[in-house]
Amino acid sequence: MTTVSRRESRAGWLFLLPWVVGFLAFTAGPMLFSAWLSLTRYDMLKPPAFVGLENYREALVDEQVRTALWNTLVFTALHVPAQIGPALALAGLLRRAGRTAGFFRTVLYLPVMTPPVALAAMFLLLLNGQHGAINELLGWFGFTGPNWTTDPAWIKPGLVLMSLWTVGSTAVLYLAALTRVPVEQYEAARLDGASPWRQFWHVTLPGISGTVYFTVVVNTIASLQVFTEAYTIFYGARAKQSSDGDAALFYVIHLFREAFESLRMGYASALAWGLFVVIAIITAVQVRLSRRYVHYEGERS
Amino acid sequence: MRRFLVTAVLPLALVAGGCGGVGASGADAPNTLVTMGFGLPDEHATARLAVFRAAEPGVDLRINEGAFDEQQFLSSVAAGDPPDLVYAERRKLGSYAARGAVLGLADCVRRHGVDLGQFRDAALRQVTHRGEVHGLPDFANVRLLIVNNPVVRAAGLDPARLSTADWPGLAELTDRLARLDGDRPTRLGFDPKVPEFLPMWAKANGADLVSDDGLAARLDDPRVVEAVRVTADLVRRQGGWASFKAFRDTFDQFGAGNAYATGQLAVMPMESWYLNTLAANSPDVDVTVAPFTDRAGVPLTESGGQAWAIPKGARHPDLACRFLVTMTAADTWVAAATARRDALARAGKPYGGTFTANRVADERIFREVFDPRGNRVLERAVPQVLALQDKAFAVAPSPAASELVRAWEGGVNRVLTGRQQPEEAMAQAQREAERALKRVGGR
Repeated sequence: MTTVSRRESRAGWLFLLPWVVGFLAFTAGPMLFSAWLSLTRYDMLKPPAFVGLENYREALVDEQVRTALWNTLVFTALHVPAQIGPALALAGLLRRAGRTAGFFRTVLYLPVMTPPVALAAMFLLLLNGQHGAINELLGWFGFTGPNWTTDPAWIKPGLVLMSLWTVGSTAVLYLAALTRVPVEQYEAARLDGASPWRQFWHVTLPGISGTVYFTVVVNTIASLQVFTEAYTIFYGARAKQSSDGDAALFYVIHLFREAFESLRMGYASALAWGLFVVIAIITAVQVRLSRRYVHYEGERS
Repeated sequence: MRRFLVTAVLPLALVAGGCGGVGASGADAPNTLVTMGFGLPDEHATARLAVFRAAEPGVDLRINEGAFDEQQFLSSVAAGDPPDLVYAERRKLGSYAARGAVLGLADCVRRHGVDLGQFRDAALRQVTHRGEVHGLPDFANVRLLIVNNPVVRAAGLDPARLSTADWPGLAELTDRLARLDGDRPTRLGFDPKVPEFLPMWAKANGADLVSDDGLAARLDDPRVVEAVRVTADLVRRQGGWASFKAFRDTFDQFGAGNAYATGQLAVMPMESWYLNTLAANSPDVDVTVAPFTDRAGVPLTESGGQAWAIPKGARHPDLACRFLVTMTAADTWVAAATARRDALARAGKPYGGTFTANRVADERIFREVFDPRGNRVLERAVPQVLALQDKAFAVAPSPAASELVRAWEGGVNRVLTGRQQPEEAMAQAQREAERALKRVGGR
């Protein structure tokens, strides 16, 4: 290494230093501490006591963990496609909007700025089974809407419906991806007599597969960590506590309650690492599948 | 290179030096007093603070407004940086006392000559651990029946004769008063308020959910199971939990269009604070207030409310002691009640009294300050509330209080949502509660 490159390297590290220190202090440090805590019994009021893998053993047989994990996986299975389908449809419409696309893009993204707690409070009213606006709307079409917020069978679909409020963020990403699909490919496909559906399937989807993959991974991770809206609606207020019959007991909610209601920081840390492993496995599967289905621009076929 | 150094290192130096908002807050100055969980919504708060400030002009009092946040409180205690005072539900503080998160107040009350006998037994019981009081009770709520007279009379019943003593009769009463459109209620006949009020229903059937020492749960007691079955059946008769609760969620609880004014509800046990809400928002509503009774017809109620406590590791425990003694003293309450009454009078509203856990304060408030201004709700209800205050019971404080509540509420909800039968649900709740009590050291 020359003197110049050494100096540049040092300068580079110096520039990186604030981030490195921040990462060590606020991310890596707490993670390591959490890993240590997961091996202890700790109620925040007395010093941690080492218990080895006891917390992990308990998590494996904890009925509530099974319920919470099942709820979370079901929610994820419903939520991810529910985000991607409408987002893709909206992006397709936006693409045809011509010069007004900028305006509509902004309008579409604005709901994403709504604070999650406010969103939950609003949807608690909209989703009410008796007089909620959503069921009123269904009533106009002759449907009797379900009790979205009080019937355990409909609580997760209700939360998925609520999550569509923020579909704009995914739609904006798809719009950017759609604009990058070369027009020549569509022209060639049309010349070959491809129907709009075949064009979508063989041109659009491969063209935006990198973005689709990204949104699937990000939405999956977000779904597996679902907390704020469900906690606000079903667990936040004393009057609403556990009125969902555990249908909205998601993994992070269970973790949070174990930590801050039961004061079991060690056990909650073990649950956190359990979720980390689940997310890592699911993401690894997605990465593996991406090699087959995702195409990047400039990539050799 | 020097420029590189300045650019990269300066932000770090600033952060380390506290310019990023980190560092001493001034809370450890000798005359500073920091509270948590106490808000300033009305004169009950502001007038009492004024009394303390007048008594201790040299104290820099810092009220961190907002509801009590368990996470914030525990984190601050764990970090050795707690507030000087915490204001929270007595049930929670009892649990913290049992876990050693708040200080015993024996010395404090002795030094200031506080007569603990002036506090209501149930309220004091909630913050007493191993014979030592760990908090001073503040407000006190009781639970009673609020009956919607026009609705009950229209069903051919006498509101004054309604009682919760006859459990089989409650089902019949509910059927007569409820209105259903298919399986959707358009009026609740009787809302048993479960799972929240399960301790009171169980007590009415002769059972305590938690042992006196707070170290044993009795959630699978057949009398508790019976209470769960009876109350869940009342809900089932009114469309089932999903429809029942969806309808209840539409109530405008704090408005003029509340369930009593609109006839959406016939009878419900409710906390006494709601009477002031009714009186203020729908003064002409025609209700009867009656005690909730056990199965022998003896009035029964559960105590609720907040208390002040001093967290373990508080920087200024002596000053904090002076503060909580002042805040809960009878003279302070009377000053607050007077300020509240005058403020309401200026707005042309009645004053329905202030219900505290301090018996002496209540006697003076309702003798010297109470001013219902002819409001029917208050004139009828207040004597009932006062009569009930000393009949209240409280669930014994337990180090696993939150988990016990979660266990029995979860059990009731599994019954309400049709997932389990009462015996099975409460047996599971008992297992959960026992596990929680066994590992009460927290893991």
